[in-house]
Amino acid sequence: MERRTFLKAAAAVGATSLLPVSAMAVSSAMASSGEDAQREEPGVVDTYDATPKQWGFVIDAKKIEELGVMDDMIGACNHAHNIPQTGDPKTEVKWIWAEPFENTFADMESEYMDEETLDRAYPVLCNHCDNPPCVRVCPTKATFKRSDGIVMMDPHRCIGCRFCMGGCPYGARSLNFFDPRLYLDEINPDYPTRTKGVVEKCTLCAERIDKGEIPLCVEASKGAVLFGDLNDPDSEVSRALKEAFFIRRRVSLGTGPNMYYIVSGGAENA
Amino acid sequence: MLEKAFHGSKAYWAWIIFLLIIIGIGVAAYANQLINGLGVTGMSRDVSWGLYIAQFAFFVGVAASGVMVAIPYYLHNYKLFGKVVIFGEFLAVAAVLMAMLFVVVDLGQPVRIMNVILFATPHAMIFWDMVVLSSYLLLNILIGWGALSAERRGFPPAKWVKVLSYIAIPFAISIHTVTAFLFCGLPGRDYWETAILAGRFLSSAFASGPALLIMLCFIMRKVSTFRVSDKAIDSLAKIVCYAMIINVFFFLCEVFTSFYSASPAHMLPIAYLFGGVEGATNLVVPMIIATICAFGGIAFLIFPQLRKNHKTLIVGLIAVFLACWIDKGIALVLAGFVPNSFEQVVQYFPTLNEVLVIAGVYGIGMLVLTVLYKITVDVRKSLDQRPVEAVDEDKMDEAMHAASSVPAAS
Amino acid sequence: MTKKWTIGIFVVILIGIFAIPFLVNAGRVDGDPDVSLDTPQINALEVKECIEPTDYMRESHMVLLDEWRNSVVRDGNYEYRSQSGQIYEMSLDETCLGCHSNQADFCDKCHEYSSVDLYCWQCHGTIDEENPNAVIENGDDVLFTEKA
Repeated sequence: MERRTFLKAAAAVGATSLLPVSAMAVSSAMASSGEDAQREEPGVVDTYDATPKQWGFVIDAKKIEELGVMDDMIGACNHAHNIPQTGDPKTEVKWIWAEPFENTFADMESEYMDEETLDRAYPVLCNHCDNPPCVRVCPTKATFKRSDGIVMMDPHRCIGCRFCMGGCPYGARSLNFFDPRLYLDEINPDYPTRTKGVVEKCTLCAERIDKGEIPLCVEASKGAVLFGDLNDPDSEVSRALKEAFFIRRRVSLGTGPNMYYIVSGGAENA
Repeated sequence: MLEKAFHGSKAYWAWIIFLLIIIGIGVAAYANQLINGLGVTGMSRDVSWGLYIAQFAFFVGVAASGVMVAIPYYLHNYKLFGKVVIFGEFLAVAAVLMAMLFVVVDLGQPVRIMNVILFATPHAMIFWDMVVLSSYLLLNILIGWGALSAERRGFPPAKWVKVLSYIAIPFAISIHTVTAFLFCGLPGRDYWETAILAGRFLSSAFASGPALLIMLCFIMRKVSTFRVSDKAIDSLAKIVCYAMIINVFFFLCEVFTSFYSASPAHMLPIAYLFGGVEGATNLVVPMIIATICAFGGIAFLIFPQLRKNHKTLIVGLIAVFLACWIDKGIALVLAGFVPNSFEQVVQYFPTLNEVLVIAGVYGIGMLVLTVLYKITVDVRKSLDQRPVEAVDEDKMDEAMHAASSVPAAS
Repeated sequence: MTKKWTIGIFVVILIGIFAIPFLVNAGRVDGDPDVSLDTPQINALEVKECIEPTDYMRESHMVLLDEWRNSVVRDGNYEYRSQSGQIYEMSLDETCLGCHSNQADFCDKCHEYSSVDLYCWQCHGTIDEENPNAVIENGDDVLFTEKA
């Protein structure tokens, strides 16, 4: 057992009596919301918007290519999240990266497809699935699904069993095979690094979404990637999906991926 | 009884020291892995489990196979296995221990392992695997020790030993079933995602486990006073033969389903194993060896003349064991990652560091097994020789027994 | 070798094993940990007080930090209301280290004294902006060194 966990268990009883820093304090703070702020109970303030949502992307790979923003999207993420560059495909850590059609949509590839569509680079990342297998197989709930649909990763709790990597059919997860700080030239002080032996992946910029901002890659895409709540029929993403033909990766597995790829080109040129 | 492990011949001590050296090397290699991370292994982003997990699956099987001796003895009152059943239980103890160690050495953050209990997650198969494996380990320690203590005093085993033996039977089946469920519940890993996987696991376990047990019995004939009857060995060999035939049959069912349906996702892993795909041929030679061993082993075991001749029997047993070891202890896990999520084939080769860690775990398993078998054999030897020799040792035992029973009496 | 000798040897070995912690720390002289509050950020404060009373922080900061990390990472909550009603961001890097920018003389002093191995710094507390010569190093043993 880790020391900290042990301390938590040992001190939990005593600490809650010392100060009401407990779940109880949170619930009573919620109950008294609307009253004078001075009279609110101390403790964690519940600001999380728990309305059920399902964040998703609508990705227009053609537009990404036209705007030439792929490298910006990937670079913004890599830098902000302190993603190590091990320089070895065996041990590399990836949150968002580019793959050609034959790898991204292996089961849909056809030799008769137009070359532009085939050769284009498609951004791939965690699909923040409706029914994520990684969450199902994780033995410690280190990975879990938030009520807004984000499949989140808690690196403090991960034991590095890599079950989620076996469970993810999108290859979206990476293990820190080494201490990531050995492979970071520049550390962004506003975001923690990870430690060796834990699994990580795209968190959909949960820390930005919670502040009302959009994910970094969406921002860097200059409009080529749309972001929004798929449960909301009036959201930008929902409306975009009504107007275009789209595909998703490995739908037959029943995971319910939430990264939608707009397909265009072939039909337009016809 | 434990003191018997400290009295032995020079050969016994040489063997123990050899094992300790192997364990020491393994611990050093593991320390290197702990300090530098799992990057010192051959595992990768694409092949995220390697030999550690494959060997884990194999040794859960060896552990489960204890029931192939226990069921005939406890459920069918098959007396011939009376002297062997305890060796099956102690083999299970060593094998479960090895399986658990293989999981621990595979973890990226082993110090956090208690999180599995602290944040128990019933929808995760690992949680159940941990539950059944640790229960099965405890059961076998209790049963084996209880039975041996009773035997030493010349009594039949206590009633609780029998009750636990019955409980252990469904646990043995469940440890390997849950281990199969670890793999076959993962979407998009087509080599694993088959309903027959638990059946395949159990059949290969019931072939490889008893095969190992017979070989251990032969070794004990050479190096100790314990003589298992030829009839018991023949019965066990028949079990190995049947189980291996079922195992091969199940595998051929996979081959038919994959290739007749012509499902690319199901064909590719098998093609990778036996012929290589896109230049990835690292498992072709092992799989050809495994195939020859599987059919050859069955041939040696199925004909009574070959089975009853101990020289050919041993050849057959080694062949069956090797076939299962390659199929489940290597290929099963690796082929599950072919192709990867991007329809690419990525190969895996274990590193030296990884192999040394595995050797260390084998060393620990063999040390536990040696000590438990040594105690059992010596207990039986002192029973046989009671009136003639070993007076000194007897006195020592009695004295210790008296000493230990004093506080209980008072 | 007689049995008595064997027993004797193992008794000595056992005592040796149990004595390891004492032998390792033998001769080590530790005074009370000398914790420093001398950082530019703290010195700039008008009222020098932590987010909660010192006694509570001293005893239960680990409980607080554990709750913080769970709240932020798992529950998506970022704000903490102290007993005095003040709202703080739950962030080790921003809030805690924002004032206590001297990990070596603050955090590590006590933890070294009580032999607690912190692994916070493996991920958090990258570079001390006010004191850029202080860099947190990788590895389990050397957590904090002064850049030459």
